[in-house]
Amino acid sequence: LAQAAWNKEAFEAKSLDAAFGVIGAGKPAESGDVVITAPDIAENGAVVPVGVVSNIPKTEYIAIMIEKNPNMLAASFTIPDGTVAEVQTRVKMGQTSDVYAVVKADGKFYMSKKEVKVTLGGCGG
Amino acid sequence: MASPMRIRAAAKDGVTEVRVLMSHVMETGQRKDSSGAVIPAHFITELTAKHNDKVVLSAEFGPSVSTNPYLAFKFNGGAKGDKVAVTWVDNKGETRTDEVQIA
Amino acid sequence: MTLHSSFARAEKAAEALYDMPKFGNVSLLHMTDCHAQLLPIYFREPNVNLGVGGMVGNAPHIVGERFLKHFGIKPGSIEAHAFTYLDFVEAAKTYGKVGGFAHLSTLVKKMKASRPGALLLDGGDTWQGSGTALWTNAQDMVDACKLLGVDVMTLHWESSYGADRVKEIEEKDFAGQIDIVAQNVKTTDFEDPVFKPYVIKNINGVPVAIVGQAFPYTPIANPRWQTPDWSFGIQEQGMQEAVNAARAEGAQVVVVLSHNGMDVDLKLASRVTGIDAIFGGHTHDGMPAPTVVENAGGKTLVTNAGSNGKFLGVMDFDVKNGKVVDFRYKLLPVLANLLPADPEMAAFIDKTRAPFLEKLTEKLAVTEGLLYRRGNFNGSWDQLIVDALIAEKDAELAFSPGFRWGTSLLPGDTITMEHLLDQTAITYPWTTLTEMSGEMIKTVLEDVADNLFNPDPYYQQGGDMVRVGGLQYTCDPTATMGKRIDNMMLKGKRIEPGKTYKVAGWAPVSEEAKDSGPAVWDVVANYLRSQKVVTQRALNLPTLKGMDGNPGVAV
Ligand SMILES: [Mn+2]
Ligand SMILES: [Mn+2]
Repeated sequence: LAQAAWNKEAFEAKSLDAAFGVIGAGKPAESGDVVITAPDIAENGAVVPVGVVSNIPKTEYIAIMIEKNPNMLAASFTIPDGTVAEVQTRVKMGQTSDVYAVVKADGKFYMSKKEVKVTLGGCGG
Repeated sequence: MASPMRIRAAAKDGVTEVRVLMSHVMETGQRKDSSGAVIPAHFITELTAKHNDKVVLSAEFGPSVSTNPYLAFKFNGGAKGDKVAVTWVDNKGETRTDEVQIA
Repeated sequence: MTLHSSFARAEKAAEALYDMPKFGNVSLLHMTDCHAQLLPIYFREPNVNLGVGGMVGNAPHIVGERFLKHFGIKPGSIEAHAFTYLDFVEAAKTYGKVGGFAHLSTLVKKMKASRPGALLLDGGDTWQGSGTALWTNAQDMVDACKLLGVDVMTLHWESSYGADRVKEIEEKDFAGQIDIVAQNVKTTDFEDPVFKPYVIKNINGVPVAIVGQAFPYTPIANPRWQTPDWSFGIQEQGMQEAVNAARAEGAQVVVVLSHNGMDVDLKLASRVTGIDAIFGGHTHDGMPAPTVVENAGGKTLVTNAGSNGKFLGVMDFDVKNGKVVDFRYKLLPVLANLLPADPEMAAFIDKTRAPFLEKLTEKLAVTEGLLYRRGNFNGSWDQLIVDALIAEKDAELAFSPGFRWGTSLLPGDTITMEHLLDQTAITYPWTTLTEMSGEMIKTVLEDVADNLFNPDPYYQQGGDMVRVGGLQYTCDPTATMGKRIDNMMLKGKRIEPGKTYKVAGWAPVSEEAKDSGPAVWDVVANYLRSQKVVTQRALNLPTLKGMDGNPGVAV
């Protein structure tokens, strides 16, 4: 594990377009075959479960981005042959934001997004 | 030294599901302590998972990943008793490897 | 006919009310959101229960006369009183108090006698809402539910006693008698189930699955530190998997015992297949008839059974050849004067209250006006609480959470400590005094308004709007997040975003706010003692925009 391999530029990107650019995604096409599972409302903004499934054949890479976070790229995954194109992790969210999943499959990039609300809380029936 | 990971790996219908809970502060570098000084960034940057000796997943993390990171993924194959090993490295060069047998 | 029948006529009507012929072969009784009310009480239904988007004009977002028309209820009848706020004070004097476990118990026994094998389902919000529940750490309600014969329950406010206490009750008190079900509660580490997702009970030879759905937003609406290792959420996929698993296990009837709130249940019913009925709670909507929702797999009935022990839902299914072919449903009002108290339950209640009687019966003040809570924006009880907070904490304005529980008092009633605790008894009762910028005040109002008026029910948390004392504003429920609240004024002056204001409040959910100030009941009790007589006060209500003709509001 060589630390130099870590894509510093991508993790320090300050806009979605910049992050897309650094990972070589350009303007990825929105695809219904990239499925994000995340809560509609975060129970805890510090621990928001996000899962991504890509139903596109030859998926080789999955990235999770949070538009309103200071570092929008949260994590990226390289999917070797024989590994299912499905990952789950948990991320921090400072405020309500779209969560993006970007997928590279057979050399092309695709994406989808889902809004996760971060609320102040304290109400009830 | 960093605390051990908790790893669960289970094979079912020809697919092995791996779930990992790491123990790490995942400090963003953007928080301040009570005296107003910036708390330096300290987070896992890279992770590799191997089934026996084959890499089945590699990942890069940024500071947006939650404290004590969680990761779940699946790979084809894997049999009861096989080894699954997970290694992470953080931005300070610390590293940790833990392994389990597939249940 | 004049507005209200005499009591004699009411008694006659009662025979018809509770004479419900048995139908089919599988019966389920449903109570929900009793909020620990062991004794009969008054409870006024809301005159504001707005629906937006696709919910306009649909159950449960209908009030008053339009409610009666929608459900075909005769004006002036017992049902009209039970289900609506219309002529509340006069009708309450005629028909008397509602609920109370001793009276509920009599009704449960009557229904179980006519429906052998019937189960009693409890939708949660059972352990919280009274002084005695709080002081006994929920033990009075736990014992009362065992005595009442509850078979299966799910959770919301129960969790505010802390995860350890809930598990202790499940494993010790409830063992072998009451099942807690909740498919959506998982551990925060490996997402392992915390409770059984469902149970299958055999009713007259028919396997019936009861799937549990705890309140999805517990760690947001209530303090997360009380259940730090549990996650909740709606978990649609988990629900579908639980339903499929129950069917695969042989269940011929699958019902969901839900604490989602009715709008969330309606959406869930349209997207998950294989559920015969969802018995819902949390939003405290007393619905006389189920809403029938079509989905890809067939039809699902969605009910909601009100609150405060006021109603008992009775569902009769006719199950033939392994499936539900027909049903009958009624939501029976529990009228204490028309149902004799069950002696065993009455004795239990007396015994359990005895050590606390002196504290409970302390007379704080007399109210000149009607005191109630329920309504989207304010109730007179809440107005009293915010007035008290402003006075006692020397604040410019006050916030009080939009809780839907809390009993009503009639004009001339004495306010006792027990009544005050009915509005305030929670495990995080601390009062707060905060310097808030005008911008932050707007953020708070917008945030809560979106929880209430988001057109997608999955983004709703099912409470009411935060109550504001001293603050005037306009609210457009149809606008988008961040644009609903406008023209915020304090004492005739515009709230300035950059200026700070002294804001009192209570029930803080953050862990840092633990023990932030004296308990709200002590603060309000001081105020009431000094007032002696509580005058009828005008409700501080927002000016509504875009709601003309909405059947969810009557003023
Ligand atoms: Mn409730
Ligand atoms: Mn509730």
